[in-house]
Amino acid sequence: MVEEDALDPWPAGPLATVGRPAPRVDGLARARGEVTYTADVRLPGMLHAAVLRSPHARARLVRIDLDSAAKARGVRAVLGPDDLDVLTREPGYHGQPVAAVAAETFGRARAALAALAPEWEELEPLLDPDEAVRRGSLVVEPKRYLRGDVDRGLAEAEVVVEAEYRTQSLLHNALETHGSVCVWEGSQLTVYTGTQFVWGVRDEVAEALGLAPDDVRVVCRYVGGGFGAKNEAGSFTLVAAELARRTGRPVRCALTRREENLDSGNRNATIQRLAVGARADGTLTGLRGEYVCSLGWDGWLPSTAGPMQMLYACENVETVEYGVKINTPPMKAFRAPGFVEGTFGLECLLDELAARLELDPLELRRRNYSHSDPLDGRPFSGKNLAECYRRAQPHWERREEVRSRSEGAWQRGVGLASQIWFGGGGPPSYAWVRVGSDGNAVVVTAMQDIGTGTRTAMAQIAAEELGLPLERVRVELGDSARGPYAVVSGGSSTVPSMGPAVRAAAGDAARQIREIAAQRYQLEERLLSLREGQVVSADGGSWPLEEVTGLLGDAQILGSGARGPNPTGMRVLTFGIQVAEVAVDIETGEVRVERIAAIHDVGRVINPLGASSQVEGGVIQGLGHTLSEQRLLDPSSGEVLTQTLDAYRVPTMADVPEIVVDLLDIPDEHLTNLGSKGLGEPPIVPTAAAVANAIRDATGADVRSLPMSREEVLRALRSARERERVAS
Amino acid sequence: MPLELTVNGDRYDLDAPALRTLAEALREDLGLTGTKVACGEGHCGACTVMLDSIPTLSCITLAQTVGGRKVTTIEGLRDHPLVDAFVRADALQCGFCTPGQIVSAAALVEDDPEPDAEVIRHRMAGNLCRCGAYPRIEEAIRTWRG
Repeated sequence: MVEEDALDPWPAGPLATVGRPAPRVDGLARARGEVTYTADVRLPGMLHAAVLRSPHARARLVRIDLDSAAKARGVRAVLGPDDLDVLTREPGYHGQPVAAVAAETFGRARAALAALAPEWEELEPLLDPDEAVRRGSLVVEPKRYLRGDVDRGLAEAEVVVEAEYRTQSLLHNALETHGSVCVWEGSQLTVYTGTQFVWGVRDEVAEALGLAPDDVRVVCRYVGGGFGAKNEAGSFTLVAAELARRTGRPVRCALTRREENLDSGNRNATIQRLAVGARADGTLTGLRGEYVCSLGWDGWLPSTAGPMQMLYACENVETVEYGVKINTPPMKAFRAPGFVEGTFGLECLLDELAARLELDPLELRRRNYSHSDPLDGRPFSGKNLAECYRRAQPHWERREEVRSRSEGAWQRGVGLASQIWFGGGGPPSYAWVRVGSDGNAVVVTAMQDIGTGTRTAMAQIAAEELGLPLERVRVELGDSARGPYAVVSGGSSTVPSMGPAVRAAAGDAARQIREIAAQRYQLEERLLSLREGQVVSADGGSWPLEEVTGLLGDAQILGSGARGPNPTGMRVLTFGIQVAEVAVDIETGEVRVERIAAIHDVGRVINPLGASSQVEGGVIQGLGHTLSEQRLLDPSSGEVLTQTLDAYRVPTMADVPEIVVDLLDIPDEHLTNLGSKGLGEPPIVPTAAAVANAIRDATGADVRSLPMSREEVLRALRSARERERVAS
Repeated sequence: MPLELTVNGDRYDLDAPALRTLAEALREDLGLTGTKVACGEGHCGACTVMLDSIPTLSCITLAQTVGGRKVTTIEGLRDHPLVDAFVRADALQCGFCTPGQIVSAAALVEDDPEPDAEVIRHRMAGNLCRCGAYPRIEEAIRTWRG
């Protein structure tokens, strides 16, 4: 086993394979419809499960007819609310699982749900988040943070801006819905599932069923998107496992799109009551934030105050975050949870301040630049936000030209917002690299590729270290029984966590190859290196790799590698800025985003092609959050109204503006043997605020609520006109 | 009920109930799982196949209504130049919507071999991609001939 930090860092810039654009190694098979997603898994004798869900936000089950359902045609097993922990008699949200049926076909299973004939006593739901805070209905204790003296800071300020921002609840809507197929072989359970975390599902299922962790094998070769909603096992997996145990047959339990929009998680809505104070030169003297986060019936409290605490140098900061428990479906992580919401509030607030101070918004950000972690003074392992700002300048300077294209009701403007997020990854994560006598390599690790290009990036890293062309490296992943532990595909941690382990494993294999070559050709090992499919001696002379490994016969070279620790005493973060150009129809409130420049500092970029695709995708998802997406509830009953993809409006191709991607590609010299950070989340963080700030630039209106519906834009325009009238 | 289907040039004789959707017949009866079902209600385009040369949502098309029309799925388009164009342009991330995208795109370039951006954006707006590969999909269709 080689720990990754034993290897020297690579030089910056494009190498033989790393840092060069590579089409996805699994792209052809995916595009041709040849790969098997969990949705395509069909096992012999497989039964289909359907789940009875609460039609009410809060209710008590009075009666349920399990026997009739058990006798329905094609039914093989029924689970009532007392049969499994994830089923309940007292649902706390619309869509909570109550009972389940396994039948020969999905149609029969669904038909049998009607035979359950549940009778409900409806109860009054709690839906108002502020009321929940007043009643102390919280999922977790409030999170309080204080540094300095905010009262004094705001008192000393030349200008204080206070504003309330709201962000909506959002649905992930990965196109492959959540689902699992479970099958028992003796006391061992195999779970085919679409997940972002093979090992997390293994441990969660083992614990729920009282099994040893390795009695559960989790298989996930291809996933149709996740975005944070697939980090956990989910009730559907436990339902399938129990029904499979009872029937002795494989059982598939997958959510329909409507179920997906009820019970697969969401980005929680927030109310943010914020204040900022500054001196006339723009120096921040105080920041205060109260964040009311509507987690729903369960969940966890993401750091919504994080951007306020961490983005700028400000001595006086006070925040409180409430994670309220109300009768709505539980939140789950959604691409930079907390920071997407918190950045909208903070970065809009900062621009409102800039407007009041009549300061250039980019200059205001520069004047409050933090050179060390504002939380505890730790140095950053690498921070190139100033360089991001420098590269944003030409996009920002388009402002006059963009504004001058305003015409009639259509007003144009430019706005920007900064981005801060984690993404440094960390241990543990492991990889093996196997090289056979043909000189081809296979990377083996039990991670998952949720569509982020993991296979491709890992193949590039191994190819670089082994001096092989990309097509001679395969990556085998997605099976907990056939590879070592790997990190969750979340938190922008895949490349920074796994990449160094893969490089270390390849380095271990390369060392063994050099050893064999040194013996075979009577050379000093330290003179040998691997490049372009050859073993090359510094003394001159080179041998094709397969000539060296050909000596192995059936023997194999097995390298193994592990992720080492993050640098001690340092803060590892990602940074960036986005510049948005918009057109606003001040008569109708219609907003058209015309251009976004996304400039991000995520360390070394492994695959510039896949990376820029991921940035574009993040921006587009961010634009959905900004303009059109919203989970709607019936305000009195708590019923979820947006259960379909026509009601819940994700962006289409026709909604996409010009997107300019600029990745700094500066390796973080303190972070691992790669200097790479994660990229999945940063691009979605600042988009909404950049658009809101562009609307202010175009019209003077302060949009403070997401999505920016026409109603919200018209409200903001009206209050801007009112403000102007009062001022004059 | 007996059901006769011509899929990718092959004739199949099946037995399917009246309410069997074309997507179910393709995926469950014929094992052609390249066609994906992501919403089941005709809202997302993942299940798109061609009936003759018309892009059609197979999840809301009853198999019994297809009649003598020729069904083309992604399995019948595996050697279409669009497939390589999608890979080259990095026009997919998770890939779950991709077969439907390629079928829609194949129907588009059959009608209009050199579509401009506006035509592409209009004709492809019914195929959702949650990963947001849209700019690359547009590029793949613009450059489909290689």
